[in-house]
Amino acid sequence: MTQDSSIVGTGTQEPGSPARDSQDRGPSSPGDAMTPAKKIEVSGLRLSYGPKEVIHGISFDIHRNEILGVIGPAQSGKTSLLRCINRTIDFSPDARVSGAIKVDGQDVRAPGSENGGFNNVFELRRKIGMVAPLPVGLPISIYDNVAFAPRCAGMSRKSELEPIVEQCLRQAALWDEVKDRLDSLGTKLSGGQQQRLTIARALSHQPEILCLDEFSIAIDPVTTMRIEDVLKELKKEMTIILVTNLVLQARRLAARTMFLWNGEIIEIDTNEVMFSDKPKDRRTYEYINGIFG
Amino acid sequence: MFVETPAVRKKLRRESLAKWVFFGMAASMIVPLLLIFGYLIERAAPSLSLSFLIDVPVNGMKDGGVWPALVGTIYLVFISLAVAAPIGILAAVYLNEYARDTWFNRIINLAVINLAGVPSIVHALFGLGAFVYAARFGFSVLAASLTLAIMTLPVIIASTREALASVPQSFREACWNVGATRWQAIKSIVLPNSISGILTGIILQVSRAAGETAPIMFTGAVFFKAVSKGDVFPYGLDDQCMALSMHLYTISTQVPGVRESIPFATAVVLLGSVLLVNAAAIALRVYLRSRKKW
Repeated sequence: MTQDSSIVGTGTQEPGSPARDSQDRGPSSPGDAMTPAKKIEVSGLRLSYGPKEVIHGISFDIHRNEILGVIGPAQSGKTSLLRCINRTIDFSPDARVSGAIKVDGQDVRAPGSENGGFNNVFELRRKIGMVAPLPVGLPISIYDNVAFAPRCAGMSRKSELEPIVEQCLRQAALWDEVKDRLDSLGTKLSGGQQQRLTIARALSHQPEILCLDEFSIAIDPVTTMRIEDVLKELKKEMTIILVTNLVLQARRLAARTMFLWNGEIIEIDTNEVMFSDKPKDRRTYEYINGIFG
Repeated sequence: MFVETPAVRKKLRRESLAKWVFFGMAASMIVPLLLIFGYLIERAAPSLSLSFLIDVPVNGMKDGGVWPALVGTIYLVFISLAVAAPIGILAAVYLNEYARDTWFNRIINLAVINLAGVPSIVHALFGLGAFVYAARFGFSVLAASLTLAIMTLPVIIASTREALASVPQSFREACWNVGATRWQAIKSIVLPNSISGILTGIILQVSRAAGETAPIMFTGAVFFKAVSKGDVFPYGLDDQCMALSMHLYTISTQVPGVRESIPFATAVVLLGSVLLVNAAAIALRVYLRSRKKW
């Protein structure tokens, strides 16, 4: 909020700032532009694996309690972007990141910097729920799968864990199918069930941000719709980044959508603009309408 | 509809030929084992009995049983594994789970690989210098066990790393994604799911440690040690001991006039105990694999 107003306030003195501001927001409705509190601010983010740069300095904001759709063809840097945000990119030895990512105004990469920063990367990751495209049921019981993160955070009492497990499994639309066999192995579930288990696990540490990377890839359409309904509910308490290959899914769920291509943002705007007949960039129109070549 | 053309017939002939060649090579592995065992047992038959196991050698090693050597071998193997297994497992966890590709870690890797390639006689000399003299353990069970431990360590590290690497990376990532530390992921997911491979690798080192003669000959195993029949704890850590491999060597080459069947019976005991341990390893692996979780 403070940052927004400062940019507006100094607009007359610094011509660059308002220009960038209007570019970021685009012609979105004034009500949207006034939505305060950026949850995530990405500025000048560059990522390279060895000599190969895969994200070429992108900047964008994600507002609190919005669903941001991220679309784009393979190899456009969608997954890498998510990995930068929760810093699991640290586990790729040859990855180099520059630029800044701020969550709640704190830089995720600069521990103890002037803005605070996340001294504890595990604290950062607990703020973020991450759902990978391929389902991963951990080879422990379904209950333990969901209780894993709370336990890692130091919770051990059954009376604390049980409600969390049930709530997360319900939110992931899995509870009814597994409530009678919570002690059977997570790996023995079907692919779609494991994917929902992954979602339940991502919710289990009560994150403030939920990153969904192609979550519906292994799930049938009916269940997908059920989870989409849950996401609309979760939006009230969480900020959601929805990376998806299903353009229509982004259109259904997101308020704004970002089109990422070859590590660059082609366009980020409200869905009214992005899915209209004339978004600002012609490539957006072509990609969304399947005539991208 | 499915017509068998000459080309198809040729393809199928080749397929079955390939299969039988591969099968033949694999099956031929049984032959040497059966031959060795059959030959040994046949020659050893006159001396083989339960009392051969629990008797002590008498009459200047020309008669009696192998009890002191059998117990000595068990001592050496278990003490050496008790030392090597924890160090090896922990080192392997570091190398596989934590180590990044830095020059220092490359040196560690290189050391492990080269240690595995050192001949056992060189290990023996190292053990003699390091444990017997420098550490002042003297010629003892302890010095011999530690020498065996150094010898088995690199192989334990390699097999443990392999077992750890067989746990899919996606499991680790799933743990990290919810804010788990590396150690939390290792403790709750990686180790429980690689323990069967780790244990198998360690148990297979039993046979190697039991069979080696050179390292213990220089560091603690002796020609003869007076032990009473059936004594389960004949040696202290600082005592010298007898061992099956050493015993086999001495009665075959150093003692004149030993009944021919005795060395063969000793070999059968050595081979039999090793096979027993291997069978245990296989049983354990089958049991743990039946509980495999993905």
